Amino acid sequence: MDFELLLVILVDGLVYSSYLFLVAVGLTVIFGVQKVLNVTHGAFYAFGAYLTAYLIGLWAKGGLPDAGGFFLIFISAAILGVVLGVIIERGLLRFLYDRDEHIAVLATFAAFLVLEDVILLIWGTDPYLAFQPMSLLGSSEIAGLVFDNYSLTMIVLTFVVAFVLWYGLNRTQFGKILLAVIFDREVSMAMGINVTKVFLITFIIGTFLGALGGAYHAPIISVQPGIGVEVIVLAFAVVVIGGMGSIPGALIGAIVVGISRAAAVHLFPEVELFVIYGIMALVLIFRPEGLFAPIKARKI
Amino acid sequence: MTSAISTSTVRLVGVAVAGALALSAGAALAQTVKIGTPTFLTGAAAPAFGIPAKNGVELIVRGINNGELPAPYNTKGFAGRQVEALIYDEAGGGTKQVTEMRNKVQKDNVDAIIGIISSGTCAATTALSEELKVLTIQTVCGTTRVFEELNKDPKYVFRTINTATANNVSAARYIAAKMKGKVKGITGINQNYAWGQDSWRDFRLAMATLMPDVTATKKPQFPKIFSGQYGTEISALSRAKENLVHSSFWGGDLEAFIGQSSARGLFKRKLFVLTVGETVAYRLGKKFPQGIMVGTRGPYGMYVANDPSPINAWFQKEYRKAYGEPPSQPSYQYAQGYLAGKFAYDDAAKKAGKFPTTEQVIASLTGATFPSFVGNVTMGLSKGHQIVTDDRWGVTVWDDKKGEMVLEDVVIFPPGCVNPPNGVKSADWLKGGMKGAKC
Repeated sequence: MDFELLLVILVDGLVYSSYLFLVAVGLTVIFGVQKVLNVTHGAFYAFGAYLTAYLIGLWAKGGLPDAGGFFLIFISAAILGVVLGVIIERGLLRFLYDRDEHIAVLATFAAFLVLEDVILLIWGTDPYLAFQPMSLLGSSEIAGLVFDNYSLTMIVLTFVVAFVLWYGLNRTQFGKILLAVIFDREVSMAMGINVTKVFLITFIIGTFLGALGGAYHAPIISVQPGIGVEVIVLAFAVVVIGGMGSIPGALIGAIVVGISRAAAVHLFPEVELFVIYGIMALVLIFRPEGLFAPIKARKI
Repeated sequence: MTSAISTSTVRLVGVAVAGALALSAGAALAQTVKIGTPTFLTGAAAPAFGIPAKNGVELIVRGINNGELPAPYNTKGFAGRQVEALIYDEAGGGTKQVTEMRNKVQKDNVDAIIGIISSGTCAATTALSEELKVLTIQTVCGTTRVFEELNKDPKYVFRTINTATANNVSAARYIAAKMKGKVKGITGINQNYAWGQDSWRDFRLAMATLMPDVTATKKPQFPKIFSGQYGTEISALSRAKENLVHSSFWGGDLEAFIGQSSARGLFKRKLFVLTVGETVAYRLGKKFPQGIMVGTRGPYGMYVANDPSPINAWFQKEYRKAYGEPPSQPSYQYAQGYLAGKFAYDDAAKKAGKFPTTEQVIASLTGATFPSFVGNVTMGLSKGHQIVTDDRWGVTVWDDKKGEMVLEDVVIFPPGCVNPPNGVKSADWLKGGMKGAKC
């Protein structure tokens, strides 16, 4: 195998890993803290993509500079993080924390279906295209191939998000509170931590991350009905591989899957589909808790 | 007391009125021809296929019911009865569609089914149509399996669009005619399901016959349908030594692929043949690359935009008026299914001297030649149940005057040139070098 091909596989793999990480990290944050397998996450992604593509379209129609698209990406994600996060957490999940975890899966699946229909009601069935930010950034040549710079910025964004989350969790007071809640919710409450507030903030962060994934991808994809379904399946695979609730796990899981898939597409395209789920199956066989699952304290 | 009498009187009157309404509604409904029409109203296939198809149905039904269509379809309704189209969602997969069709036939008592986009739905429901004895006119799906494997002796099922084989054979013929010396090898990117796999197989086999010196890649790309991210595949295609890329992508997948490929200059590096590219060409406007070979699976959409045939002129004018955009191929293909229905009902009624039975309608449609948008089409294959039409290929170019994408250097391939002879399986015909083709 030549060096150029290796380099191309690495770049392609990292771009795809970034996509996977951005869609999976919010899911793992919410599960890590709240122990909720949040199927609604796919709808957060879709909402992020739709709102961003819609706003970028309006922005372009108004003759405003394309660079504003980047501002709209983060604004859309932030608005959706707060609005959808509060609605779903306060309106649905808070009633389910003491119930079996399977109930939350079913309830969030129902909410996901409702939100998918809400998207159809708001934006209809026409796909939205918002290529302006991608066109704005132009392209670069790597190993004789042209890569669009926008996709390359996803790699940077991924590492920024991963670092901010790691720092927030390990170096801030809120992070320490979160760790305490993750470790033992009841004891945290007994120690005076407002767990309700922690849950709400965590869910808003998770929702923001889901919406950010969609918002940042909007300029690359055709934003159309059903995109949330595709994403949630991939996100689950990455989270399962990395370990439910582990942020480093999501990052490593995304990189493993992304680079393996890129290698498959270049070398054995017929197994491209198999690779992701093949890795997931192997992890489930040999390390069912995932590669980086946090150690669980056994309660007596 | 007065109040009580008044209330009961009101109730009685209410019941009587409701009963009368129900009876009159029943009587009115009895005079309609109910047609179940599955099309994608939700999901990823809705924008490029489902909604244009629905628009086409609504327009053609309006035209048929009001007698607006030019001759020979200028009489009202199907055999004089108003057409009632029950449009329902095709999303959800084969199992759901089996239930949906059963419900439409057994609960809603539809007289016929006209529609179906997905090859998966056609394959899943063809046996059911026969079991339920419901006239079914499949309008968009292209899999050859319907009449070559699943329903070899059809009675109730018809299809009013060419198979995927014709689409890919005509693409190969166009390349052989126009790109000799320019094509060094072929590669492909197709969605990983029946449509994508069959399309690549048919194109590769046709190319092997027509341009035996051109080699086909051993690593064709088959990404998951609706995956939306094609960065890695674009790298692989860019690196491939073959310089012509075949793709049967459609809808949002195609739009995303075009956006991502344009940003990476792929359209400048490779020749492209997009077998159903027209489905997004109008929507993308100037963003759709120029110099691309695109197909419509027959005489539809962009290829007939300026055809002066009266039915086509009416359809183009009224569609643009109603929806503010030109009709693309699914609008035509669904409307053609309804034209087949009108032809068969009218013809059967004429022969029977009264409103026809389903069996009489089927007899009229089997092997029929009937007028469509730009001339006659024939139910020429699969014992008269599979249509054969011409197929057209050309290259995209932006027309500043019209403000839309148009086609140039168009070649029309007659039905006998791109379809196997009657009774011959598509794959066998392709593998055998397309013997008996009449070009």
